Amino acid sequence: MKTAVIRYNAGNIRSLCFALEKMSVPYTITDRIDEIQSADKVIFPGVGEASSTMNFLKGKQLDQVIKNLNQPVLGICLGMQLMCRSSEENNTDCLGIFDCEVKRIPQREGIKVPHMGWNRLTETSDWIPKRLKDAYFYFVHSYYVPAGVYTSASVNHGTPISAALRKDNFYAVQFHPEKSGDQGLVVLKTFLDL
Amino acid sequence: MVTKRIIPCLDVKDGRTVKGTRFVALRDAGDPVALAKQYAAQGADELVFLDISATEERRKTLLSLVEKVAREVNIPFTVGGGIVSTQDVRELLEAGADKISINSAAVKNPELINELSQAFGSQCIVVAIDARKILNDWVVHIQGGKIPVNRKLFSWSLEAQERGAGEILFTSMDHDGTKSGFAIDALEKLNRLLTIPVIASGGAGHPEDFLRVFRLAGSDAALAASLFHFGVVSIPDLKLFLKNNGIPVRPAQNNSI
Repeated sequence: MKTAVIRYNAGNIRSLCFALEKMSVPYTITDRIDEIQSADKVIFPGVGEASSTMNFLKGKQLDQVIKNLNQPVLGICLGMQLMCRSSEENNTDCLGIFDCEVKRIPQREGIKVPHMGWNRLTETSDWIPKRLKDAYFYFVHSYYVPAGVYTSASVNHGTPISAALRKDNFYAVQFHPEKSGDQGLVVLKTFLDL
Repeated sequence: MVTKRIIPCLDVKDGRTVKGTRFVALRDAGDPVALAKQYAAQGADELVFLDISATEERRKTLLSLVEKVAREVNIPFTVGGGIVSTQDVRELLEAGADKISINSAAVKNPELINELSQAFGSQCIVVAIDARKILNDWVVHIQGGKIPVNRKLFSWSLEAQERGAGEILFTSMDHDGTKSGFAIDALEKLNRLLTIPVIASGGAGHPEDFLRVFRLAGSDAALAASLFHFGVVSIPDLKLFLKNNGIPVRPAQNNSI
């Protein structure tokens, strides 16, 4: 099995790679179209800002490549947000895989933005294992996908937030599975075992 | 609801922890990686590594430490100490750090906060502030608390937030090392003022101090060093105490799911 991790212009993907190594999953970090298209699984990580990352993807024609992939694809954090239609972060047009909009987390008394820290999954369905309901995962983000038809797990941070999404072969998580202890590895393994 | 975070802080010098610990289980108490793994297993929510080396080799040593920690520990960690440029930050993030913290460099060159948050995102930029109350003002100090500067805690925190900081780590120099509790009043004001998370630091001596800083000051996270290193308070006991007092915390045994 070949797993491709899409190479980015910024951010820490080292921890994700270490997690894959821990699970003995061979991977390639790449921004080459042929390597991404021929992989059995594709991981689309992301730490950074939406518009500059979309520009980076467009510059390499990866925007068209990613949304036309047929193998299982996992978006993580910003990767998940970029798989949506658009983001309020610098009014960015995104890939449009998930037909939903990424919004700024509403700020109010007692609700800090970024949503930073460990939060508990309140709902799980579809590809997220049932036993992970009430498990804690590590989140760091200021924009969010409201709970909707694609939501397969959610958390609360003043408002219900999609913690995981799926549509067809596209899977996504808002939290960082590579930073969420052993239960994070459970989620990664669930995807890699598909 | 996002849980309140408990963050052990490790001071490292030339790749070794300097304050030492009383962890009997560790063969080498000076090994930051072993200590980090121990804390992660006990349920620490994040870790902070503060590099206090002053040697020319420091950068290389720190990067190799960061890489080892990222390989061994699967919870988030912040690295601080001596960071002055975008290139420093890039290297640390690429080695596997999740966040970096800047202190004196941000005071001397506030534009650095803008540059770093634009390049890497606010979420990984922690601005650390050391301050001491002088008359009625919380005066910011730099160079490890040695030099007072013409900046005040509240206005500087707000400026750091506006410039793109993702988090503020406030250490009260008046409380640090006293084990008499956190600077509740200042932290309460800071938490009302800011929209980004605040990490409370300085003064932790008892589990009740953590309860007070979360309940009365509304802090998002609390940091301590020697208290944990010397086993005065264990993280699982602390979390149980907080949970029993109605503070949302991630259970310590979470890693054994």
